[in-house]
Amino acid sequence: MAATGIKARFACKVGTFSLDVDLDLPGSGLTALFGHSGCGKTTLLRCMAGLQQARGIMRVKGDEWQSESGSRPVHQRPLAYVFQETSLFPHLSVKRNLMYGYRRIPQSERQITFDQAIEWLGLSHLINRMPEKLSGGERQRVAIARALLTSPKLLLMDEPLSALDQSSKREIMPYLEALRDNLAIPMLYVSHSTAEVARLADHIVMMDKGQVIAQGPLQQIMARTDQPFGLEDDAGVILDATLSERDKRWHLCRADFAGGHLWLRADENLAIGQRVRVQVLAKDISLALSEQADQSIQNTLPATINEIALEVSPGTSMVRLLAGPTPFLSRLTSRAVHSLDIAPGQQVWMQVKSVAIVD
Amino acid sequence: MDIYWEPVWLTLKLAGLTTVLLLVVGTPVAWWLARSTHWVRQPIAAIVALPLVLPPTVLGFYLLVLMGPKGMVGQFTEQLGLGLLPFTFEGLVIASVIYSLPFTVQPLQNAFASINEQFLEVASTLRASPRDRFFSIVLPLARPGFLTAGVLTFAHTIGEFGVVLMIGGNIPGETKVLSVAIYDHVESLEYAQAHWLAAGMVVFSFVVLVTLYSLNGRLQSGLVK
Repeated sequence: MAATGIKARFACKVGTFSLDVDLDLPGSGLTALFGHSGCGKTTLLRCMAGLQQARGIMRVKGDEWQSESGSRPVHQRPLAYVFQETSLFPHLSVKRNLMYGYRRIPQSERQITFDQAIEWLGLSHLINRMPEKLSGGERQRVAIARALLTSPKLLLMDEPLSALDQSSKREIMPYLEALRDNLAIPMLYVSHSTAEVARLADHIVMMDKGQVIAQGPLQQIMARTDQPFGLEDDAGVILDATLSERDKRWHLCRADFAGGHLWLRADENLAIGQRVRVQVLAKDISLALSEQADQSIQNTLPATINEIALEVSPGTSMVRLLAGPTPFLSRLTSRAVHSLDIAPGQQVWMQVKSVAIVD
Repeated sequence: MDIYWEPVWLTLKLAGLTTVLLLVVGTPVAWWLARSTHWVRQPIAAIVALPLVLPPTVLGFYLLVLMGPKGMVGQFTEQLGLGLLPFTFEGLVIASVIYSLPFTVQPLQNAFASINEQFLEVASTLRASPRDRFFSIVLPLARPGFLTAGVLTFAHTIGEFGVVLMIGGNIPGETKVLSVAIYDHVESLEYAQAHWLAAGMVVFSFVVLVTLYSLNGRLQSGLVK
């Protein structure tokens, strides 16, 4: 891990808030730093970049950025940072904003070309505009392209969508997904939005009061019965699935995942063979001891009970199930758990009331 | 004719030189005042603002004493073989720099303080060193502030009178600037000559201010052109 991953250990105090973390993160894919506002996720990101002074260690793929004996200034770290608010230089055109970082790295280190960045983020028609003539979404796309043009070894993003309206968010999401899938650069993404994390993250670090309370691959963290934030209503699993069949008559698509398949409503423009992320909420899964034919629910799956957490809140229990290798969560009343008399290892049928593609 | 133009030329030379010197000296001072959180910041800011509140004669008096044969500065300049500064053009330049200091520093300080810190952080994540950030981000964003500082300093130096009288006297071609020349003419009841110079000053000041305001307006929206 040490040579290929990211090592981040920091301790600092800002007023009454103190940050204390020790993380080993994967050196690829998108890692979300997730938590309520004020939990220290942005502070942690700023410490990693060197924008905030803190005692600690920061190592990226064997390259030491900060150690106990010293810290490299921000401008000498091969990172890129996308800020929350628009951060384009108001006195420079889009083109000169993009060139700002690009011009400042040696030619031999340029791995992303100007034309590539413009194409990836769809900026060719904006290149001669001034920042104030752009929409919020366009500005953030320029900021992302400008960051990428420094050919960073690590891409840090601090809630890049939070200042945008819903339609701008929807406009940028596909770009972020494409970057996650096509770039070999590890990305750290700060967010307090479950929806963004569900759609983008491969790996997740949950924070609370300046501490890391859980971390691991997204699917595993989401399928824990002890939801760190008591997000009972939002609790649920994320599946990576492939669309395999379209039922034109009933306007449904079959999504295959490791361990089974689910039928769901899919947009006409989603192609067969396409990979999608599917969210199944714990409150939308009920359990039956045998397969029920005479009922309205279309998605029923056999599964094995893996773990039962009784009384996660008064009267409510959380059940973890496995369909093949894939974990699911079901939220039941404690009385239902008692009367079904279920136990780990038992075979049951999951009735999935609702499934949605994450977007 | 030279009698008219000599003070005009001298005044412009003095104001121009003072403005250039002050922009060079005042920029780092203003930057430090805008950014520092050190406790000496307030006393330094007060010292910089002193010429705004002190009567010019007080300023002129102390400069005269300091630069005179018994003053610290005077003894130093004599040791260097430069002679004494009072009643010379060079002495006048130094006095003007001190007298007009707040008119350079304060607009610059305001301009620097209004620059969003985040732009500097962004620049640092785009590999710009502190020096590089100052020239590529701070200077262009503070352009209206530099224009205001330059024009105010120039105009204020042209209008100075008390300090000149105390430290420069009234030596034609050396220290006899416009304001002193006007005073001279009035003293000797040459009202016609006084009118020419005085009216010229009014017109000049008006034109300078109109230019400043319209340029500043254009610059502010011009930032985005």
